[in-house]
Amino acid sequence: MVASPTVRVSVGGGGLEGWTRQLLERLPAPAGALAAVQERGRAALAALPVPSSRQEDWRFTDLSLLTDLEPAPAGAVAATAGDLPPSAPGVVRLLLDGRSDPLAGVTLPPGLSALNPAELVQALGHTLAATGCEQHWPVELNHAASEQVLALRVASRHSVTLELVSTAAAGLLPLRLLLILEEKAELDLSQLVQARGAGLTSLVLEAHLARSARLHHGLVALGLPQAALLAHLALEQEPESAVTLVSATAGWGLARLEPRVRQVDGGANTTLRGLQLVDGRQIADTHSHVLFSGPEGELDQLHKAVADGAGRSVFNGAVRVPRAAQRTNAAQLSRSLLLSDRARIDTKPELEIVADDVKCAHGATVSCLQTDELFYLQSRGLAASQASDLLQRAFCEEVLRELPAAARSWGSFQAMLSAAGSGEDRP
Amino acid sequence: MIRPDAPVLLEIRDLHARVEAKAILKGVNLTIRAGEIHAVMGRNGSGKSTLSKVLAGHPSYTVTGGSVTYRGENLLELDPEIRARAGVFLGFQYPVEIPGVSNLEFLRVSTNARRVHRGEAELDTFEFEDLVRERLQVVQMDPAFLERSVNEGFSGGEKKRNEILQMALLEPLVAILDETDSGLDIDALRIVAGGVNHLATPDTATLLITHYQRLLDAITPDYVHVMAAGRILRTGGKELALELEQRGYDWVDAELAALEGADADRQPAEVA
Repeated sequence: MVASPTVRVSVGGGGLEGWTRQLLERLPAPAGALAAVQERGRAALAALPVPSSRQEDWRFTDLSLLTDLEPAPAGAVAATAGDLPPSAPGVVRLLLDGRSDPLAGVTLPPGLSALNPAELVQALGHTLAATGCEQHWPVELNHAASEQVLALRVASRHSVTLELVSTAAAGLLPLRLLLILEEKAELDLSQLVQARGAGLTSLVLEAHLARSARLHHGLVALGLPQAALLAHLALEQEPESAVTLVSATAGWGLARLEPRVRQVDGGANTTLRGLQLVDGRQIADTHSHVLFSGPEGELDQLHKAVADGAGRSVFNGAVRVPRAAQRTNAAQLSRSLLLSDRARIDTKPELEIVADDVKCAHGATVSCLQTDELFYLQSRGLAASQASDLLQRAFCEEVLRELPAAARSWGSFQAMLSAAGSGEDRP
Repeated sequence: MIRPDAPVLLEIRDLHARVEAKAILKGVNLTIRAGEIHAVMGRNGSGKSTLSKVLAGHPSYTVTGGSVTYRGENLLELDPEIRARAGVFLGFQYPVEIPGVSNLEFLRVSTNARRVHRGEAELDTFEFEDLVRERLQVVQMDPAFLERSVNEGFSGGEKKRNEILQMALLEPLVAILDETDSGLDIDALRIVAGGVNHLATPDTATLLITHYQRLLDAITPDYVHVMAAGRILRTGGKELALELEQRGYDWVDAELAALEGADADRQPAEVA
C-alpha cells in the first residue's frame, strides 16, 4: 500500500525548509512570558525535518501552499469581531490577535479566571506531552512564534460560556490556548477562526478536564484558498469527564486539524464530530488521535467530508486501546461525499487494540449524491441544483447541528458552502 | 368516470425504453382522459414500474422510441422537476429516505414549486402549516411525521401515507401510483385508497400500478390493462381484474407467444 519512497517526490520540501529558515530569522528576539517556549520552538524548528509526503503522517497533504505565504509574524492587526452578531447577554467574547492581551479590559464571568504565571509555567505543555504531540512540527512552529497565551481556569462546579474569535490576514498568526477545567466545571466554547488574507493561522489548544468536568468546544474555521490553518487540539480527560469537540472547516487552501485526546485513566466520554468542505484545489486534513490509558472509556466519533472541484480531503482516525483499557467502547465513522471526479478523498481508520475485552467499531463510506434521492426530490418539483443543495446540507447538518450555540450561527451550512466556494484555484 | 369528450391528459404512443442495455418497454400505447382511473396489472418484470419511472423522467431509463404527450406537450423533453410542477405525480413503490431533510420543509418547497408553476403565490411557513394540517386529514397522518426527516424510520404504511400527502399538496393532474398498496395492512390500505378517491376529480386522472385486486376493491378503475413483456397485452373494464384474480397470468404466456409468433399488429390499447 505504501509506495516506495524512491518514487515519491518531496513537494515543496526544500521550499518549506527555506521558508522556515526565513521565518526564524524574522521572528523578534524571545521575550515575555513565553520566552522559554519560543526558544525551545525555534531550536526545534531549526532541527526538525519539515513535513513532507515522505512522512506517513503527511503523505497525502501537500504543504507547499505555506511557501506562498509571507514567512513573518502577522503585522499588528486590530482584532475585531467584524460583522459578527453580538454575543448573547452574559457571554464573553474574546478577540485573539496573537499580540495583545485578549483579557485587557475584559471582566470575566464568575468561575472563569486567568492562570497566574506560576500556574502557567506548571501547566503549559503538559497536555501536549500527554497526548504525544509536543514535538510535532506545527506545534513547534506555534511554540516558536507565540507571544501570547490565553490561559483560563474554570472553577469547580461553575458553568461558563465563552466565545473566541480570530481573524488572520497576511503572515503567521499564532494562537495559543490553555484551559483548565476543575472538577465538575463546565465550559461551552465557541471558537471562530477566519482568514481575510494570505496568512497562516497556527492554533494550539490544550485543555485539561478534571473528574466530571464537561467541555463542549465548537471550532468553526472559515478560510480562503490562499490561506492555511494548522491546528492541534490536545485534550486530557480524567474519569467521568465529557468532551464534545465539533469542528467545521471550509475554504482553506490548506487546513490540517489534529484533535488529540487522552483519557488518562479511562472512564471518560469523548465525542468527536468533524466536517470539512473542500472545493477548488483546497486541501483539508484531519488526523485525530484518541488514546485510552485506562478502562471503560467511551468514544463516539463521526467525521464527514464533502469534496468538490479538485479538492482533496484526508481523514486519519487513530484510536489506541492498550491493555490497560479494558471495556473500552469506541465507535468511529467516516463518511465522505465526492461531488466531482477531480476531487479526491483519502480516509483511513487506524485502530490499535491490545486489550481483549473491548468494543471498537469503525466504518468508512465514500459516495456520490444518490441518484434515487436526487430523483425523488426532483419528482416533487425541486430543480436538480436545489435537490443537490438540500442533500448536501442534510449531509453537513448532522455535524453542524452539534456545534454550541454561537458557533452554530457562525457555521451555518450557507457560511460553510460560501467559504468553500469562495475562490477557485489558488494562484 | 369515462367521458368520451373529456380532454386527453396523457397520450402514450408506441413507447420503447431501456435501462442500461436491457429493453424493457417494447411499444406501450395508452390514452388517458380527464376523470379516468386506469389500473395497470401484470407480473413482476412486465414493465409496469418502468413505465411509471419513464413517465416521471427517472435518469436511469432511456426512451428509445415512441412518444408521450401530456396536455399537448412532449412530456419526454421535460426535466423530472418540470413534469412534477406541471402536474405529473409519481407515487413511489419504495419512497426514498432522506436523513437530515425535514419532511415539513421538503413538502413546503415542493408545494411552492408547483404553485409558482401554476402562477400562484408561494406560501410562507405559517400559511403552509395551515394547508398541510388540513391535508394531513386526507391520509389521517400524525402531524409528528412532519417534524421528522423525509421518510426516515417511517414504516411501510407511513411512507405510503406520506406519498399520498404529497399528492394531496401537489394536486397533480395525472397521478401515477406505483404499487402504492404493497406493504400495506388492511387499515392502511383503506386509508391510502380513501385518500386517492378523495383526490380524484373530473379534471384529473389516476394510473394505478398494482398486483392485487384488493386495491381495486377500494378504488374502482374505469380501465384495467394487463402488461406483459413491455407492452399492454389486453385492456378491459374492472371485470378484467377479477378475471385475472381467478385465472392468474398463465393465459398471458399463450397470448404473448401467439403475438410474438405473428410478430405483427401489436394491439394498441385504445381505450377511447
